[in-house]
Amino acid sequence: MSLTDMPAIRVRGAVKHFADVHALAGVDLDIRQGEFFGLLGPNGAGKTTLISALAGLLRLTDGAISVMGHDVVRDYRRARAVLGVVPQELVFDPFFSVRELLRIQSGYFGIRGNDDWIDELLASLDLTAKADTNMRQLSGGMKRRVLVAQALVHKPPVIVLDEPTAGVDVELRQTLWAFIRKLNEAGHTIVLTTHYLEEAEALCGRIAMLKAGRVVALDSTPNILGRVSHHALKLRVAGLSGLPAALAALGAVLQADSLEIPFASHSQLEGLLAAVREAGAEVLEVEIATPDLEQAFVQIMQGASS
Amino acid sequence: MISVAFRTLLYKEMLRFWKVSFQTVAAPVLTSVLYLMIFGHVLEGRLQPFEGVSYTSFLIPGLVMMSVLQNAFANSSSSLIQSKINGNIIFVLLPPISYREFYAAYVLAAIVRGVVVGLGVWLASLIFTWTGVAHPLWALTFVLLGGAILGTLGVVAGIWADKFDQLGAFQNFLIMPLTMLSGVFYSIHSLPAFWQQISHLNPFFFMIDGFRYGVFGQSDASPWLSLAIVGGAWLVLTALSLQMLRRGYKLRG
Repeated sequence: MSLTDMPAIRVRGAVKHFADVHALAGVDLDIRQGEFFGLLGPNGAGKTTLISALAGLLRLTDGAISVMGHDVVRDYRRARAVLGVVPQELVFDPFFSVRELLRIQSGYFGIRGNDDWIDELLASLDLTAKADTNMRQLSGGMKRRVLVAQALVHKPPVIVLDEPTAGVDVELRQTLWAFIRKLNEAGHTIVLTTHYLEEAEALCGRIAMLKAGRVVALDSTPNILGRVSHHALKLRVAGLSGLPAALAALGAVLQADSLEIPFASHSQLEGLLAAVREAGAEVLEVEIATPDLEQAFVQIMQGASS
Repeated sequence: MISVAFRTLLYKEMLRFWKVSFQTVAAPVLTSVLYLMIFGHVLEGRLQPFEGVSYTSFLIPGLVMMSVLQNAFANSSSSLIQSKINGNIIFVLLPPISYREFYAAYVLAAIVRGVVVGLGVWLASLIFTWTGVAHPLWALTFVLLGGAILGTLGVVAGIWADKFDQLGAFQNFLIMPLTMLSGVFYSIHSLPAFWQQISHLNPFFFMIDGFRYGVFGQSDASPWLSLAIVGGAWLVLTALSLQMLRRGYKLRG
């Protein structure tokens, strides 16, 4: 396997039990170098457990994980050196200023004299003015930015963001995503967990969905959207007292004056509108609803339950 | 070779206590000076534990060593429990720092704080009396070993405890009684035979007695026996602490 073929993250048979709880029930996953990868799932699905095992914060009951080819247990020094993790919790060391923390964090990764990169990180995350401020005096959003900077002090090729925008205002989200996109374009592999599905849809090229410690979907974002969800033609109509059989056969649903008909391809639109007219309906308003990840997420999770 | 990661963790641990030095250095120095004033004033002339040594002079090395021990324990244990409860321990667990580097940095920083406070108590005691140092190497050996033992015990307690309450119990029901019953304020020869025997089961007694040998050239027990017991205690605690860290006990799920 060449260096570029080697997955950034490889998870094989990952199992983690906490007493009777099976947080991970056998996860297999490859994340390619340079990907912007989304790890989605409801609360308790195992996302944070998987990230913690990846980062060496907990040990698997069974299975193995490697980062850039380095096993996170046997070769933990190299594995941790190539990984940057932005934790979900807003944690900070209250004794130090922002710059002190970033210098200390650099030192933990064996880097001294890292001020040029620290200054760049501070500028990119709009923290320059707060460089000498104690962490306790920062707002929640500022602390979140420092967490991101701490994860990046050693320029890791693989960056994991565990719900980085939870409770964060719109401006910071945009700043953060612009910065993370830039890192991804520069070749960094990004793994994102988030409950904001529109963020995952906009950013991630590929997505894995976890439920009850298992991967229930793993595909490119367009395929996930196309696989389980569909477009819908939404019409406001007049002249229908009930749903005609011809439209019911197309899967249409009528609620008061709203008629919704699912379709797979835009080439069907003309035929659908003709069918509506033939059924005696007068079209007053037209809207085309596109599939979204939230819809796909709900369907996949329901499918996994059944 | 000493790694940058180890040096950084050591620096961070020292900077942490130095930033709140009023609480971590000045306050314990003041407490010891108050002990010295009160006990020295009340008992001076009534007790003479060693031949040719006044009670106040006898008390000073005991208080210096007690300060070293208590502050070494406080440094590593409070740093770890605070980091665990705040969640910022993650910043030490994520980087490629080995468990040996982790242990060495926390214990060395604990020794440094113990020595800084002990030095402060000794300097403050010069107001009351001058005690020379008969065997500086012995004195230094027991200061460093005592600091290392309590720093290591602090690592063990800080990892084991899940809340401040548990750490407080460790400190108040184990460290404090063992310190107070170790001969800081008296010579064990002034105790009944039974309590003398009990004192010989307390490793803190040998730390303080060994240090007194370094200061006065006189002690209740042989300095070599004290060294063997204190050194043995350090090795046992170090093995326990390293094992906990290697397995990630209560740190790495």
